[in-house]
Amino acid sequence: MSIRFDKLGVVIAAITAYGAFVAPFATFRANRIVAGEPRSILEALPQPLGLVLLAVLLAAGLVALFKTPLVVRLGASVVALLSLALLIGVAGSHLTPEGNTFARVSPASGFWVLIFAFTLLLADVLTRLQLSPVGRVVALGTAAAAIWLLLASGAWDSLSILKEYANRADSFWNEARRHVELALGSLVAAVLVGLPLGILCHRVEALRAGVLNVLNIIQTIPSIALFGIMIAPLGWVAANIPGASALGIRGIGAAPAFVALFLYSLLPVVANTVVGLAGVPRAANDAARGMGMTGWQRLKNVEFPLAFPVILTGIRIVLVQNIGLATIAALIGGGGFGVFVFQGVGQTAMDLVLLGAVPTVALAFAAAIILDAVVEYIATRKSTEVAAA
Amino acid sequence: MIEIEHITKRYGETTVVDDVSMVIEPRTVTVIVGTSGSGKTTLLRMINRLVEPTSGTIKLDGTDNRSVPGHELRRSIGYAIQGNGLFPHRTVAQNIATVPSLLGWDAARIKARVDELLSLLQLDPAAFGPRYPHELSGGQQQRVGVARALAAEPNVLLMDEPFGALDPIIRTKAQEDLLAIQKRFGTTIILVTHDMEEAVHLGHRIAVMDAGRLVQYATPAEILARPANDFVETLIGTSDRPFKLLSLGAVGDAVEPGQASGEGIRAGASQRDALAELLWSGRAAMPVTSEDGAALGRVTVEGLLKRAARPQ
Repeated sequence: MSIRFDKLGVVIAAITAYGAFVAPFATFRANRIVAGEPRSILEALPQPLGLVLLAVLLAAGLVALFKTPLVVRLGASVVALLSLALLIGVAGSHLTPEGNTFARVSPASGFWVLIFAFTLLLADVLTRLQLSPVGRVVALGTAAAAIWLLLASGAWDSLSILKEYANRADSFWNEARRHVELALGSLVAAVLVGLPLGILCHRVEALRAGVLNVLNIIQTIPSIALFGIMIAPLGWVAANIPGASALGIRGIGAAPAFVALFLYSLLPVVANTVVGLAGVPRAANDAARGMGMTGWQRLKNVEFPLAFPVILTGIRIVLVQNIGLATIAALIGGGGFGVFVFQGVGQTAMDLVLLGAVPTVALAFAAAIILDAVVEYIATRKSTEVAAA
Repeated sequence: MIEIEHITKRYGETTVVDDVSMVIEPRTVTVIVGTSGSGKTTLLRMINRLVEPTSGTIKLDGTDNRSVPGHELRRSIGYAIQGNGLFPHRTVAQNIATVPSLLGWDAARIKARVDELLSLLQLDPAAFGPRYPHELSGGQQQRVGVARALAAEPNVLLMDEPFGALDPIIRTKAQEDLLAIQKRFGTTIILVTHDMEEAVHLGHRIAVMDAGRLVQYATPAEILARPANDFVETLIGTSDRPFKLLSLGAVGDAVEPGQASGEGIRAGASQRDALAELLWSGRAAMPVTSEDGAALGRVTVEGLLKRAARPQ
């Protein structure tokens, strides 16, 4: 019997070996801004937990390395990820001296590398399981619930990022709300404007190249420059148009951030609408006209339903892009998770940067999975409906 | 009756349809034949105003087709195209129900009509109604396209190369189905094709178009016997002219008194089939029977050959 290696597993096992034995597991700092001291797994955890974690990682790494059944690989990745998640909290309380509120313990490169390795394994297993769209959303929900449970249980309270959170709990949720408002609000505005604009571009060929080129150019303007460009006109609007400043419109703040995100969102929405409508089979369109549909009926009953999956793909791009881009709103006082990122950079407090960055990445990741699932669900609904009938 | 009077369509400097006049009798099949770019499709699309003419008028039963808005006009005229143009996101039943829904029929009436048409085209309503077009074969899709065009019981049916995408066997079957439907509903059918064989087979009258002009408008026999010019002659193809001519007549019309031995042929078959059968079996004559099996007489190779000669 020959032993067979899993191709991706070789990489995962190598990363695991590096993360477990070479890279530091946690970083200890006497206070939040001094340089950290690395701690290995055996130093960071009370015994026998350190040895247990090493054993778990070794076993999971071996499962990944060889060709093993999918269920075993799934179990190995979940157990490894859960152990890492729980024990990094234990390391936090173990390394922090009793009663010391200045010391900071944060996950170090080894921890992140290991998380990456087993997330890779998990993602590989989930791909090979070919989960249905609903299944993927359920898997996402399960992961979110597990993270929420860990947060609520206080298992991670001794970690630096949560100590930063504890100091800013109120403003965290305010900025979170603002972040989502900016990302979703600008998306809604972009869809409301971009859809009709895309339809217009589709119908009026003379308009198409011009509009798409202008939107392309807007897309290439760096966000800082775009903010700068908007200070003067928005400031003028606030000063001269009654009621504008009462609505929160001014040269800096949330309004220009919103406008910038809106402008960046237009290209994907308009371009995908145009591409989607252009992809409608010519014969179907001709038949619709030949059977006496009016322009509006044709759009509503034939063109739009057929173009919808492509348009939805554009909306997915915009949402994920906006969740990331909304971070820069903080540069001009627009709020959002970027506030923590830029404060953290200013104070050289990496934990604070992470407090802004981690939720942003998580939001974007979740949005991508959910919208991908919706796109696929809509695309496959027809065939499943028929199979069920 | 459809009266096309001095109809012309220009796109800029190019004249696509050039001063065409013709009258299409009700309850007949008229086939417009021509090469690509001859303007045949444009002429067809001007009847239901998918294309607006530059000048001239088209009257349907005496009324100018511009007297109602284009989309309302089109709801009263059936329309079927090559590649059928079925809506991929709608089921077969929903596709067929398109025009009745636009006309605001109630659900029960629509369902009854959809089931009737599917049965008529030999598609089981329960099995095919809920399916999507991509789950059907090419021939089935084409039949659904015809059913959809007929859904609102139009008096006139326009067809643009409806059989263009079908393989020869399915194509023959589809042509037979169309003729049967035309007999049953008495629909006036105007069909565009580039295939003279199809035109001779289907048309009561054939309109030959070349470079935007109507070159000849006559019965198939007339076109075969007296092509108006070289173009029509080329389109017919000189090598099998006699066989095309024979295919127009039924065996019943060529019956001679007398007896013949061997397997017979029914009076409804075409004279071309009879000749082919005689030549293939090496006989000089064969018996002819009526549809109910009664002996009518015989057909002979000699008799058929006379009929295959150019009419004087």
